[in-house]
Amino acid sequence: MKSRSWWLALLLAIAAPLLAATPDMPRFQWQSFTVANGLPNDHVFCVLVDGERIWAGTENGLALYEGGKWKVFGTADGLAHRAVLSLALDKRSGDLWVGTMGGLSHVSAGRIDTYNQLNSGLSNDVVYGVAVQGDYIWTATAAGASRLNTRTGQWSLFNERNTPMYEIWTYGISVGPDKVYYAVWGGGVLEYDIKTERWKDYNDPDGETEIVLFKDQGLIHEITTSVSYIDKVLWVATYFGDSRYDGRNWHNFMAKDSGLPSNFTNQVKALDANRAWFSTDKGLAYYDGTNWAIYRPALDTGKPEMYVRDADGQITNIAVDSAPAHNYVLAVDFQGNDIWVATAKGLSHGIRNK
Amino acid sequence: MRLGSTTILRSGLVALIAAMLVITCSVVRAPMANADAAEARYLSPGAMLFSPDGRRMYVVAERGDQLLILDAKAQTVSARIAVGHAPRGLAISPDGTRLYVTNSWDDTVSVIDTKSLAAVQTLVTGAEPTGVVITRDGKTLYVANRLSDDVSLIDVASGQEIKRLMAGRGASYLALSADGKRVYCTHVYPKITGSRTLPQSEITVIDTDRQIVVDRIPLHNVGGVFQMALSPDGKLGVAAQLRPKNLIPLAHVEHGSVFGNSLALFGPAVSGVVQVPLDELDRYFAMPYSVAMTSDQSKLYVSTGGSGSVTAISLPKLLSFVRSAPKDIGNDLSASANYVTSRIPVGANPRNLLLSPDGKTLYVTNRMDDTIDVISTRTDKVVSTIDLGGRKDYNALRQGERIFYATKYSFQGAFSCANCHIDATFDGIQWDLEPDGFGKDIVDDRSIEDLSGTEPFKWNGGNPNMATECGPRTEKFFYRSQSYSAEELANLVTFVMALPVRPNRYRLPAGEMTASQERGKTIFNRAAYKDGRPIPKENQCAYCHSGPKYSNNQLFDVGTGKATDRSPKIDVPHLPNVAYSAPYLHDGSARSMEEIWTVFNPKDTHGVSNDLTKDELNDLIEYLRTL
Repeated sequence: MKSRSWWLALLLAIAAPLLAATPDMPRFQWQSFTVANGLPNDHVFCVLVDGERIWAGTENGLALYEGGKWKVFGTADGLAHRAVLSLALDKRSGDLWVGTMGGLSHVSAGRIDTYNQLNSGLSNDVVYGVAVQGDYIWTATAAGASRLNTRTGQWSLFNERNTPMYEIWTYGISVGPDKVYYAVWGGGVLEYDIKTERWKDYNDPDGETEIVLFKDQGLIHEITTSVSYIDKVLWVATYFGDSRYDGRNWHNFMAKDSGLPSNFTNQVKALDANRAWFSTDKGLAYYDGTNWAIYRPALDTGKPEMYVRDADGQITNIAVDSAPAHNYVLAVDFQGNDIWVATAKGLSHGIRNK
Repeated sequence: MRLGSTTILRSGLVALIAAMLVITCSVVRAPMANADAAEARYLSPGAMLFSPDGRRMYVVAERGDQLLILDAKAQTVSARIAVGHAPRGLAISPDGTRLYVTNSWDDTVSVIDTKSLAAVQTLVTGAEPTGVVITRDGKTLYVANRLSDDVSLIDVASGQEIKRLMAGRGASYLALSADGKRVYCTHVYPKITGSRTLPQSEITVIDTDRQIVVDRIPLHNVGGVFQMALSPDGKLGVAAQLRPKNLIPLAHVEHGSVFGNSLALFGPAVSGVVQVPLDELDRYFAMPYSVAMTSDQSKLYVSTGGSGSVTAISLPKLLSFVRSAPKDIGNDLSASANYVTSRIPVGANPRNLLLSPDGKTLYVTNRMDDTIDVISTRTDKVVSTIDLGGRKDYNALRQGERIFYATKYSFQGAFSCANCHIDATFDGIQWDLEPDGFGKDIVDDRSIEDLSGTEPFKWNGGNPNMATECGPRTEKFFYRSQSYSAEELANLVTFVMALPVRPNRYRLPAGEMTASQERGKTIFNRAAYKDGRPIPKENQCAYCHSGPKYSNNQLFDVGTGKATDRSPKIDVPHLPNVAYSAPYLHDGSARSMEEIWTVFNPKDTHGVSNDLTKDELNDLIEYLRTL
C-alpha cells in the first residue's frame, strides 16, 4: 500500500507540469521596417499581402515591398491623398483599391486612377475602409457607405436615408459570399444581405448605454472600428472590447475577462470561425478559440515581450528576442504562416518560427 | 438526227436554266439565306483572317452585318453568314472549327461553326466589343470593349465571362504575342486628363497565364491608337496611332501641325517606346489603322485609311534609324524617308491588313469600296482586287461617308473629318480652332451622333446649319482648301446628319427605369427648389435640355465661360448618349459628369444643383446616362 502511494505521487509529480503545459501558440521572429529602411512614413495605417508583394498604407504614401525593396507611390503618381487608410485587393484582376484621406484610388499595373467626391459619386473623400465584392467596390467613408459598380460605373450610396445607419461615420468593411458587414463608428454594425439587398443593424441591445450591460448580451459597444466575417461568423472590434457573433449568440471579449491586452481595438481579423487577431493599443493579440498570445514591446521596459494566457487565466511569459515595432497596432495581414503588422511606429514582419 | 438551230438554242437554254437552278440551289443551301437582302447593303469590310489550312478567308462586313467566306484560291465570296449588328472583330479557334465575331452594337460575340457555317452560340461581352483574340490553347477569349473601357475574358468551354480587366479609354484592338503569353490592347480615345492637356494613351498588357494586367505602356502625346503587329521573336510591337497637335491653334496644316500620323514602336528591340512619323514634309498619310509585319521581320505594312494607301516600310532600316536618330523624332516629317520604301495606292478607306500564310501576298480591305486589294509583297503593287459584292451604287449617304473618311480634300492630304471624329464619334480632345482667333474659344470635340434637329452648330452656335459647319468653315479654316463640290458637300451633310445614335447601355431592356434613374428624372424635371421656392424657368434642366434631343437649340450663359471665350453664351448641347462623351462642358473642363455640378456650378447658374445631396446628384447622373 505504501509502495503504491509512492508510485502515484511520482506519477503526479511527472504529469502535473505536462497537464499545465503552456499552450502551443505561434511564435515569430520579428523584422521591422521604418523610414530608416525604406518606408515613406513610420505611421502605418494598413497592410495588405499580395503573394510575395506587401502593400503598406502610411501617413505619407502607399508603399510596395517587392524583391527586397520599397517603392513609394504618392500624390504625384496620382494617389488621391498621401494618408492611406485602407487597402483591398481584387484577386480576380490583381488590382489594388486604396482608401485615403482624400478619396479612393485604383492601382492597376502602375496606373493610378482616383475617385473623389467631386469627380465621382463617392460619398466622401475620407475612405476608412474598402473591400471588393465581385464587380462591386464597397467603401466605408466619413459620410456613409458607397458602392461602385465597376462594370457600369454606377455609384450607390448607403446612409441614414436608405439604411438603418443612424450614424454615417463608417469605419470598416468585411465582405463574405452572402453578406457585407460595416463597422459604423458610434452606430454598431450594419449587415447587407447580398441576395435580398436588405440592410439590418446590430446595436447595443438596450438602446441607451452604447455598451452591453450584461456579458454576451449583444454587440459589446456602439463605437465599432472593424469587422471580420468568415465562415458565417462575425467578429467585431470596438474601442471597448470585442465581439464574436455566430448568427445566434454573441460572445464578448474584454481585457478583464479574456486575454485581450486592451479593450481599445483598432482591428480584428479572423482566420476562421474560432481564431482571430486583434490589433490593440497595447499590443497584438492572437486568440485560438481557447488561449491568447500577446506580442509587443513591453509597456514598461520596451523590451520584446510575448506571453500566453490559457483558458484558466494562467499567464506564461515566453522568452523572445524580438517584437512588433510598436504596441500601438493598427492592422495585420497574413502571408502563409507569417504575419505583417502595421503599427504607429513602423511595419513589422512576423516570421513564423514555431 | 440533225438538230436544228432552234432545237440547239432550246437545249442550250434548258441547260443554262438547269445550271442556274443548280447555282441557285447551292446559294439557297449556303447560309446566304440568313443574310437578308445581302446584295442591297453596303458591306464595309474590316477584320480578316485565314483558316488554318489557308483555303478560306473570313472577312467581317461591319455595315453588312455579315461574315463573308471567301475561297482563298479563287478569291471569290462563297458564302455569307448573318451575324449581329455592326460586327468588327474576328478570331478563329486554334483548331479552326470556330469563328468568333464581335457584334459591337449588340454587346455580343457570335460563335460560328466553320463546318456548318452556322452561328451556334452567342456570348455576352462588355459595351461595344471590338477586337477579339483567342489564346493558343483555345480556352479563353479576350474581347476589347470600346465603351466600357475594359477587356472581357470569356471561358470558351462554358461561354461565360470570367472577368473584366480595366483597360484604357476606348479599348478596341487586341494582339496576342507570338508565344501566346501576352495580350496587348490599344485604345481609340485618350485618357481624360483635363482640359487643354496633351493626350495620353497606353498599351495595356495582359498576362494570359495569370489573367491580369501586368503592364501599361505609356504613350505620350497620343490620341487614337489602332491596330498592332507583334514580331515573331517577341522583341517588337508596332501600333498605328495619331499624335494630335491640340495645344497649338489649328491653323498650320502645312507644317503637319494638326495631326502626326505615326507608329509607336515598343518592346526590347527599341528599349521602351519610340514614336515614328509616317508623313512626309509635303504629303500626309492620314489615319494609320492596321499594321502587318512579315514573318522574316523584313517589312512592315501600314494601312492609312484617309489617304487610300498602304505604306511599306523596311523594318531593318526603321530600327537602324531609330537606334541612331535623336531621341524625339515623333514630329520630324523628314524621318520617314529613312525607312518608308513605297506608298501603295489602294481603294477607298483601306483598313485591315492580312498577310497570306506564305507571306507572298498582302490583303487590304477597302472599307468604302467593299473590296479587298491583293498586293504582291515582292513588288509592293496591287495585283488584283476582290469584289465582295454588296450594293454597287453610291447613294448620297455612302458618298458622304467616303468624303468623311477621305483626306484628299485637305491641304496635302493632312487629315479628314474622321481624324477628330474617330469612327464618326469624337476624339475626347480640346482644340483651339482658328476661325475664332488664336487662343480664343477653346472647345471640346463634340459627339456627332444623332445631330438632326439640333441646329445651330458649334459651341457658340455660330453655324446655323451643317452645310456651313462642314463646308466653307471646314474647308477654309481647317483644310486650307476649297475643294468640295456642291454635290460633295450635300452628300457629306447628308451622311453626318444621318449618323445614328449608338445603343444606350444604361437603359433597362424593357425601357423601364431603375429607382435611381426615376429619382434622377424627377430632379431633372423639377421646377422648384427642395424648400419649395420656384426655380426660374431658364434654370430648370428640362427647359434648356428639352425636346427629343434634349436641347432647345438656344444659347445660354450658364456660368462656365472662360476668359478666353469670346462670349459666355454656350449652345445647349444635345444629350443622347451623353454618358459616353466625356469630358464635358464646352471646353472639356469637367472630366466627369459629376464635376459639371460639383466644380463648375458654384452659383447654380447651370441648373440648380447646390441644394442636392450627394445621393440626389448621383441619381440625376444615373438618369442622364439613360438619355
